[in-house]
Amino acid sequence: MSSSASGSLALSPLPAGRAAPGGGGGERADRAVGARRYGVRTIALGYLALLLLAPVAMIFYRTFEHGLTPVLNAIGEPNAQHAFWLSLEIVAISVPLNTIFGIGMALLLERGRFKGKALLGLLIDLPFAISPVVIGLALVLAYGKTGWLGDWLAENGIQVIFSVPGMVLATAIVSLPFVARETIPVLRELGTDAEQAASTLGASGWQTFWRITLPGIRWGVVYGVVLTTARALGEFGAVSIVSGRIEGETQTLPLFVQARFENFDATGAYTAAVVLALLAFATLVLMNLLTRRTRADTAV
Amino acid sequence: MAIEARNVIKRFGTFTALDDVSVTVGDGALMALLGPSGSGKSTLLRIIAGLESPDEGEVVIGGESVTDTPARSRGVGFVFQHYAPFKHMTVQDNVAFGLSVRKRPKAEIEARVKELLGLVRLDGLAERYPSQLSGGQLQRMALARALAVQPKVLLLDEPFGALDAQVRGELREWLRRLHDEIHVTTIFVTHDQEEAMEVAEQIVVMNAGKIEQTGTPRELYESPANEFVMSFIGPVNRIGDAYLRPHDVEILAHDDGAATEAMIKRVVHLGFEVRVELTLPDGRDISAQVTRATAHELELHEGQILPVRLPQPRVFAA
Repeated sequence: MSSSASGSLALSPLPAGRAAPGGGGGERADRAVGARRYGVRTIALGYLALLLLAPVAMIFYRTFEHGLTPVLNAIGEPNAQHAFWLSLEIVAISVPLNTIFGIGMALLLERGRFKGKALLGLLIDLPFAISPVVIGLALVLAYGKTGWLGDWLAENGIQVIFSVPGMVLATAIVSLPFVARETIPVLRELGTDAEQAASTLGASGWQTFWRITLPGIRWGVVYGVVLTTARALGEFGAVSIVSGRIEGETQTLPLFVQARFENFDATGAYTAAVVLALLAFATLVLMNLLTRRTRADTAV
Repeated sequence: MAIEARNVIKRFGTFTALDDVSVTVGDGALMALLGPSGSGKSTLLRIIAGLESPDEGEVVIGGESVTDTPARSRGVGFVFQHYAPFKHMTVQDNVAFGLSVRKRPKAEIEARVKELLGLVRLDGLAERYPSQLSGGQLQRMALARALAVQPKVLLLDEPFGALDAQVRGELREWLRRLHDEIHVTTIFVTHDQEEAMEVAEQIVVMNAGKIEQTGTPRELYESPANEFVMSFIGPVNRIGDAYLRPHDVEILAHDDGAATEAMIKRVVHLGFEVRVELTLPDGRDISAQVTRATAHELELHEGQILPVRLPQPRVFAA
């Protein structure tokens, strides 16, 4: 096994040898298969280009349209800087939280035997189903000044809404399902034999988890973390409501992009958008490298 | 150390996997749990290992009840049917696992791993990963891994089930010799009667969650307790309520008066043995087993009509 299993976008060719037997007919069938193959590729790539590549390319083009100077100026602006670091801070807190929670949840759902398991599985997917805006509103209702916990929080001097804790909370909720959802199938595939073998060899539950289970599911976890990070970086709806969008205080990078766009600061908006795109891209590349290196350690 | 399972009952939902089963394995013995799939043999092995807990009954190892002891503290070596390799570890790390979780000194671990790899003849493969090993090599790695922690008892679940015939034969013989060398009390599960008879000193025949008979291979073959054991332990001819081994059917050169006639339907050459499929005058089919020499001497061939003697078949009380 090599690194071919990594998530590349290459289209796999149709299975060969499906041509009908017999000279001329076979050739014609070959040609038909070839034409279909290219047809499928063209449609797939065209769809991708239309939806993804063209718009992203346009943003890059518009950003660097007038050279590098306006871009560097936009990046250097204090509010932009603040938005950038705030976004990273929120990612740095919410992603580890969701990773631990996701792995725990996956173990519980895949290995545990208890009543209400199906219900728990549904609950985990809820953040996918509910609009982020609704999640933001729900958080305000629960933790805001007039919310259930509002009085208690105010008495203890904790501000959740219109501040970083609330934004972390919102980001964590919308990106909650990824790690669990990516880990569960890998955990199922891994099976319990190796874990049981470890226990007969004297390993404690904790040792078995760190030495056997986690290394066994690491690709699933890594992929889940990548998706979580990408989602957390780009989160707009829920954070937009919870944060109050105070420039230089509770404005994340996506919020900054929107604010600048509405204020006709095209360069500022485009630059921030490019930074966001690059951050996401860097996450993908980093994880890819990490995966490849560890995989080379263990695989054939 | 001796192993004892006392009155073990195990249910999975409404299915009773083990129905009041008791087994005793003497210190240093090599025992087979033999039975068809679904007979409960693997469940019993897993209960002895602590991987499954009995609904009722007790497990005793070396005179101590371990019913409530978790698997990791029972001191059992367990070899899984599909070897359960730690795929992300090298062969030597797999073998060292039990010692390294016990935090033994590095030098000791290294020495022990080296010794074990020699024992299972994987010397040159220490740095390989499980994906680079053949089935037989994985099996031996799994065995070395189980033996590394010096288990009190060794439990093997269908140890040769997933291997091809030749490797299986070699490993059987090797397991036998290994047991003679290290004398650890061993139980292995198999559905293959030939394997059980070849390797084990004692065989427990199981069926539908119960024990049908316990005995040496010879005892089981020569005096089976019931029709299940009789037909599971070797080929049989069923004549009404009676059972007869194919090698007890005698094909005669001349009619001696007490014989019946039979017609040869098919002659199957299996090497040293020749299986002759016969039809009796009343239309029943039976098979006979003769040596190659006999088949040659009598010039057995399809369509031939011959005198055949059927010795007293075995009848089991209902």
